[in-house]
Amino acid sequence: MTKPSVFTADLILPAIGDAFKKLNPRQLVRNPVLFTTAVVATLLTVLLLIGGERLAVGFQVQLIVWLWLTVLFGTFAEALAEGRGRAQAASLRAAKSELKAKLLLGTDDLYEMVAASQLEKGEVVLVETGDLIPADGEVIEGVASVNEAAITGESAPVIREAGGDRSAVTAGTRVISDRIKVRVTQEPGQGFLDRMIALVEGAERQKTPNEIALTILLVGLTIIFLIAVSTIPGFASYAGGGVPVAILAALLITLIPTTIAALLSAIGIAGMDRLVRFNVLAKSGRAVEAAGDIGVLLLDKTGTITIGDRQASALRPLSGVDTDTLASAALLASLSDETPEGRSIVMLARQKYAMPTRELPSDAKVIPFTAQTRVSGVEVAGVVIRKGAVDSILKAEPELADTPAAAELREITDEIARSGATPLAVSRDGKLLGAIALKDVVKAGVRERFAELRRMGIRTVMITGDNPLTAAAIAAEAGVDDFLAEATPEDKLELIRKEQAGGRLVAMCGDGTNDAPALAQSDVGVAMNTGTQAAREAGNMVDLDSDPTKLIEIVGLGKQLLMTRGALTTFSVANDVAKYFAIIPAMFIALYPGLGVLNVMGLASPESAILSAIIFNALIIPALVPLALKGVTYKPMGAGPLLARNLAIYGLGGLLAPFIGIKLIDLAVSGFQLA
Amino acid sequence: MTFEGWALILIFAALTVALAKPIGLWLYALYDGRRTPLHAVLGPIERGFYTLAGIDPTTDQSWRRYAVHMLLFQVATLLFTYAILRLQAVLPLNSRDLAGQSPDLAFNTAISFTANTNWQSYSGETLSVLSQMLGLTIHNFLSAATGIAIAFALFRGFARRQASGIGNFWADLTRVTLYLLLPICLVYALFLVASGVPQTFASLVDATTLEGAKQSIVLGPVASQEAIKMLGTNGGGFFNANSAHPFENPTALTNLVQMLSIFAIGSGMTWCFGKAMGNTRQGWAILAAMMILFLAGASVTYWQEAAGNPNLHVLGLTGGNMEGKEVRFGIAASALFSVVTTAASCGAVNAMHDSFTALGGMIPLFNMQLGEVVIGGVGAGIYGFLVFAILAVFVAGLMVGRTPEYVGKKIESREVKLAVLAIAILPLSILGLTALSAVLPQGLAGPLNKGPHGFTEILYAYTSATGNNGSAFAGLTAATPFYNGLLGTAMWLGRFFMIVPILAVAGSLAAKKYTPETAGSFPTTGPLWVGLLVGIILIVGGLTFLPSLALGPIADHIAMVRGQLF
Repeated sequence: MTKPSVFTADLILPAIGDAFKKLNPRQLVRNPVLFTTAVVATLLTVLLLIGGERLAVGFQVQLIVWLWLTVLFGTFAEALAEGRGRAQAASLRAAKSELKAKLLLGTDDLYEMVAASQLEKGEVVLVETGDLIPADGEVIEGVASVNEAAITGESAPVIREAGGDRSAVTAGTRVISDRIKVRVTQEPGQGFLDRMIALVEGAERQKTPNEIALTILLVGLTIIFLIAVSTIPGFASYAGGGVPVAILAALLITLIPTTIAALLSAIGIAGMDRLVRFNVLAKSGRAVEAAGDIGVLLLDKTGTITIGDRQASALRPLSGVDTDTLASAALLASLSDETPEGRSIVMLARQKYAMPTRELPSDAKVIPFTAQTRVSGVEVAGVVIRKGAVDSILKAEPELADTPAAAELREITDEIARSGATPLAVSRDGKLLGAIALKDVVKAGVRERFAELRRMGIRTVMITGDNPLTAAAIAAEAGVDDFLAEATPEDKLELIRKEQAGGRLVAMCGDGTNDAPALAQSDVGVAMNTGTQAAREAGNMVDLDSDPTKLIEIVGLGKQLLMTRGALTTFSVANDVAKYFAIIPAMFIALYPGLGVLNVMGLASPESAILSAIIFNALIIPALVPLALKGVTYKPMGAGPLLARNLAIYGLGGLLAPFIGIKLIDLAVSGFQLA
Repeated sequence: MTFEGWALILIFAALTVALAKPIGLWLYALYDGRRTPLHAVLGPIERGFYTLAGIDPTTDQSWRRYAVHMLLFQVATLLFTYAILRLQAVLPLNSRDLAGQSPDLAFNTAISFTANTNWQSYSGETLSVLSQMLGLTIHNFLSAATGIAIAFALFRGFARRQASGIGNFWADLTRVTLYLLLPICLVYALFLVASGVPQTFASLVDATTLEGAKQSIVLGPVASQEAIKMLGTNGGGFFNANSAHPFENPTALTNLVQMLSIFAIGSGMTWCFGKAMGNTRQGWAILAAMMILFLAGASVTYWQEAAGNPNLHVLGLTGGNMEGKEVRFGIAASALFSVVTTAASCGAVNAMHDSFTALGGMIPLFNMQLGEVVIGGVGAGIYGFLVFAILAVFVAGLMVGRTPEYVGKKIESREVKLAVLAIAILPLSILGLTALSAVLPQGLAGPLNKGPHGFTEILYAYTSATGNNGSAFAGLTAATPFYNGLLGTAMWLGRFFMIVPILAVAGSLAAKKYTPETAGSFPTTGPLWVGLLVGIILIVGGLTFLPSLALGPIADHIAMVRGQLF
């Protein structure tokens, strides 16, 4: 997927056009602070036209221009954020518009070609090699490999088959082998792709709860400052003078939180957009906010904490059995085993136990692994070597069950399990030789990640189907806070409920239909794109890469979104101090010349001071647009240091920056004799 | 400035902090409905009240019910006092045959005492013993108890989990009055009597002055009213001269104890809050923020008063500003008292704030404009402060990457809306009514002085009334129907238009789930949080008033420096 930068001409130009379109009062009123600014700008424009003010016309015109620019910068920021989303959606839409569907007419494979957009929910389509899947749906017949690169960017094909947990297919992906029949599961225009386009474009965006609350605060501050400013003429009249409306307006607009109000929706859209770039689709902004608040992460062991495949780590012969004998048997039994585990046994035997490299003898007969026996092996020159789980081997060789060798084997395998590995038993010609330890390899760096999460106040719980012994050992090695062994979907659901009752928000990921209740119950439920339709419906996010590790990054993105919002709010509020010191002396100097001492910045003239404050107030918006779109730098750390850092940058910075900024603008304004 | 002056200020601050825990422990017992040692004696009386009134103190009230009962009680007692003040002439214990108050004056006075303001448009000497005791002192107890009750209700909102009620107004009111205010006042009043404060039904004493003239000095049950006037941050003096009067405040020791008693409950409430939240550090953080604002204010006022007026220095009158100060107390104790009484919404004075230097007098004004949250009125200080805490958490809380929460409760739209409502009432009433008075002829007739100083007199009056402080800058002729009416309105707005949203916040918070604190939670203890609180209070609470301060005390000060006096 392309990654448009913040400022490129093809993004900025349309955004400028949209910025003007957003001046439509019905749209603008959704942002009360900008709306207030627009009303004030209109009022001053009218006053200028009817000549109601005694101020210099040039000064008034400049003031009005900058007020309108303040509004436009705000609408521009939003338009730019939407534009970036739209650019991303455009490539998706291009794929969608060409889609054709082979709509099946009856029980035979007769079909007619229709446009994908006309497909109704419940209709069945045929998709053959080379075809694009026309709509989101479920495979009801057949199996096919599908390239989902259009959605995920990952070119390796995935298997989609009827029944089971891999039956969901997504519109816009391509079948690269075989043919499948797909039942459409979405109404036209409601598909995955449609929703994705709508979300990244911002068209479907609703304000999140936190945005609503913040908007209320901004409106409240606006009202308070409106009271503060509108009472000034009364005070001034006591002092025997007056204050021109234009100057009152300037004070009002600089005091009300225009900066954060202008950037608020851009921050939200950009946050959503970052998630999409990360190939995660959130179904609502609320879910992204919830991600920041997560207190407990439920992580699947396999693939997230350990690398997916187990690796053979040691051979444990029984007493009286030569290590070489065991190694040789294990090697022979695994030569035809093409699973990663089998290959790792071969590697182990060759490297650690120095078994000579050899091909499987031509007369060897492979005993394949079946679901019934759960044992695999090889028969070479009449000698049968078996390998499998201890219980399976003992089942295959029932006469061994009660021997002392079996008892010793069990001791060894228990020990292996306690160390966090999985034991496999090896037998040759009805004699137990020993065990192979298959170790779950904990991914590099996860321990540090979990320590990091702990510092952020997030607990990690490992979910695994392993027995408690193995699970405890892996949990200790990986450094998770807790684990749920032999986990069933019901266990997961119960764990989530328990954590939520304790006031913690829970995030998890899942893909199977039986994960759906837990996904729905969790506060952030990330469904894997490879998962079933039910799972994808139940979660409030879908990870297009189907990578369970991403849960950690999703939490980070949620936090980054909230931090950006908080940082810019704090910055905006802190800015007011300097603006007071710019405008108050300028406003009252005619009444009490002595108040010039409040002009701590030494601004050139009252007019220049007012103009500089209003220009700073306007320019700070585009200056902060990149920050709003990219988000503030997020490093995982505890709340204390995080607050100290952000408060220093955005609180203290917000206090000081306008003093410097207004002074510099004033030098320019007075230098060019604009006021 | 003297070493003794600074020592007084610092010792006072230390004593205030030292009082936080002992008083807080007692408050916490009342908050939590625990048994105190006094229950053995007062328990039957408490139960007697409930039986008489037909109240079940264990009934948990929703915030709406709590608010309605509270308001009905206020209105009923308001009407009762209004009637007493109007009918003074025909009521008993009126040995000096004093006339009743006019309707506007009685309206103003009744609201003033109901709203824990004790703004006095009348002179204390014009009230009979009955009016003082039954009409006013009763409110000194009940309005203080109401403030504490509201704070308790808000604490419960934070502390309870998924609950529908926030306590019982009648139980809170009765317990606070019975187990806290009355016992302390009993001991306190006896201490005052021992120090020379009168407590008698005799009405006049004749004295022969140094010049040999005969002067009649009003007497009465002064000590009993004095105790609750301070402890309950009421501030309404028995005499017009308030705590500058030797019969109200006879010695240096009573002066110190009076100041301490103004802060005592407010300081204890911060500890009680922390305890109620299960983490006393939460309370200490609030007290720390309050003390920073307090010490900053006290330092400025003391510095300015000690520096005095340069224009008088030129004339050979060296030294600090002693105009309007009681010689017995001097500059430091007067400056400190003025900052304490305005920080805490008490309003008792031992010096005339009008006569302070411009900046020295601006601090008391600014203290009130901050919303009376620097220690603040009993109960009112902490609930006002918590509103700012909610705003601070909301503005900056997002910066730790979580949606805002305070002491385990999520701060969402509803709380923000109500907090903003509660805060907006201050500028609306203070600035709105000041602006009105600054343009209307009835308003312009009020101030004694010209120029910015006269403006400050008007501004101070509305600030004091809205902040439920009640101290007078003096100089303003406020006993007119215009000012009585508007100031009465300001007092009502400042009290109940703040309390009702706060009870609504309590109700909304009580219903919420509890979010346990983790390493990722916004830290609401420690220096960062304290600094943030101070910043938000100054920026949101204080900056709004900068234009008015610029045209009042700041312009006044600059003029003084330039040799122009008003």
